[in-house]
Amino acid sequence: MNFTKASELLELCNKHNKKIFEIMIERESFLTDMSKEDIIAKMQISLDIMKDSIEKGLTEDIKSMGGLIGGDAKKVMERSKTSRSVCGTLMSRAISRSMAVLEVNASMGKIVAAPTAGASGILPGVIITIGEEFKIEDRELVNGLITASTIGMLISKNATVAGAEGGCQAETGSAAAMAAAAVVELMDGTPKMALDAAAICIKNILGLVCDPIAGLVEVPCESRNAIGAANALISAEMALSGVKSIIPFDEVIDTMYKVGSSLPMELRETALGGLAMTPTGKKLQKQIFDN
Amino acid sequence: MKDYTIFDIVGPNMIGPSSSHTAGACRLGNIAYKIAEKSIKEVTFLLHGSFANTYRGHGTDKALVGGILGFDTDDERIKDSFQIAKAKGINFKFLAEYLGDVHSNTVKIIITKEDNTTVEILGSSIGGGNIVVTEINGLKLEFTGEYTTLIISHIDKPGMVSKVTAVLSEYQINIAFMRVYRHEKGQNAFMIIETDDEINNNLVIKIKDIEYVKKAYLINI
Repeated sequence: MNFTKASELLELCNKHNKKIFEIMIERESFLTDMSKEDIIAKMQISLDIMKDSIEKGLTEDIKSMGGLIGGDAKKVMERSKTSRSVCGTLMSRAISRSMAVLEVNASMGKIVAAPTAGASGILPGVIITIGEEFKIEDRELVNGLITASTIGMLISKNATVAGAEGGCQAETGSAAAMAAAAVVELMDGTPKMALDAAAICIKNILGLVCDPIAGLVEVPCESRNAIGAANALISAEMALSGVKSIIPFDEVIDTMYKVGSSLPMELRETALGGLAMTPTGKKLQKQIFDN
Repeated sequence: MKDYTIFDIVGPNMIGPSSSHTAGACRLGNIAYKIAEKSIKEVTFLLHGSFANTYRGHGTDKALVGGILGFDTDDERIKDSFQIAKAKGINFKFLAEYLGDVHSNTVKIIITKEDNTTVEILGSSIGGGNIVVTEINGLKLEFTGEYTTLIISHIDKPGMVSKVTAVLSEYQINIAFMRVYRHEKGQNAFMIIETDDEINNNLVIKIKDIEYVKKAYLINI
């Protein structure tokens, strides 16, 4: 069994009365000969690495390789516990955890690329926080990660998840779409709702450029992982409420690819445009590489 | 390109910060480590393009040395690879060098082995932690490590392909792709065999026993 479009996936889900993650597990077994149990066990390892990276980012003193980030995730978590949270604590915990993973990544810590290292904070930040809030067991969270990978697979197949090809929309946008679909399935939404949530996510940040200072996965990547987590939660909330994406997922992904291709090279991970070329951005770049 | 699996998307598990500049660099180092048969006295890394410009901020240097030590992309010792290599008495250095019309993230790894012979590998990190090796000891070739890969260095003689494939057939290994390269007729040659199935060490030993086979390495990343 295989599928390359969301429309085909939806047909399979409806025909067999299965969730997205169940269809994806069958596809994986078909492609790789791995048993369902082995797939689940392997994904549990990824979930454990995600948890460890959050823990590390929120408890240890982190300094990134380029020296631009470290310690901000803790600040957000601290405020969510001690002050009147503007976003509500669920959102601020998710934001903080996404930032924590990104800080660990930038300091040569261990993470799970999801779908890339530059966007690696969003999925763990969202999934772990939803698990905590609604007391969802690991074995279900693992299913959520498999739902997420289905969305990422469809984007990789029909567009791209690389910032160098499609800009930040392709990285943090894809990660947010993956996380949104996972949340919808974890909260008992339908496959159609999950795909709507993913489509809404991408639409929300269509055209976002990739312009990291000094070309490093630090600034503005960390705050874009935070907004990615928020984007995922917002889109999931809308889809679970019955809000539909007027433009279907497959068409949104095709569009994301076209928009990415039409971005100038300077705004696709080359550090030759956007924030990287601000006076401060240039100064920091010089400082980092002259050292 | 293989079809994307679940763990191509949620994965790889890796040491940050960049799949192309860190994880891919580690994989290239690791392949060089295997081709040098784990015997490394000295290494020079010639860094090209984006690797040369941004290697410090991405930890590309630490990842390359980690690879040379045999570390996988998710090994937390990568961060301390310089100290570990020094403790093992391995000398290493990095030089920025233009390597011609190659991918922007390219490195040439020049290894002096413990027996003072040298091995040279040219490879690129092409995104998402994926890599491609394009040259070994000056011989142009190509493999990605996406499949289990068997690299055989041999003398260009009639019947070599049939002798090697006979062993693979005996072990019920299905060949996905196979290519043969040589410097000149009757001279040094390489066979690159990418397989669908895992290969065990007994098979590699058996291939090494074939007349005119000089070396055989298994790349499994």
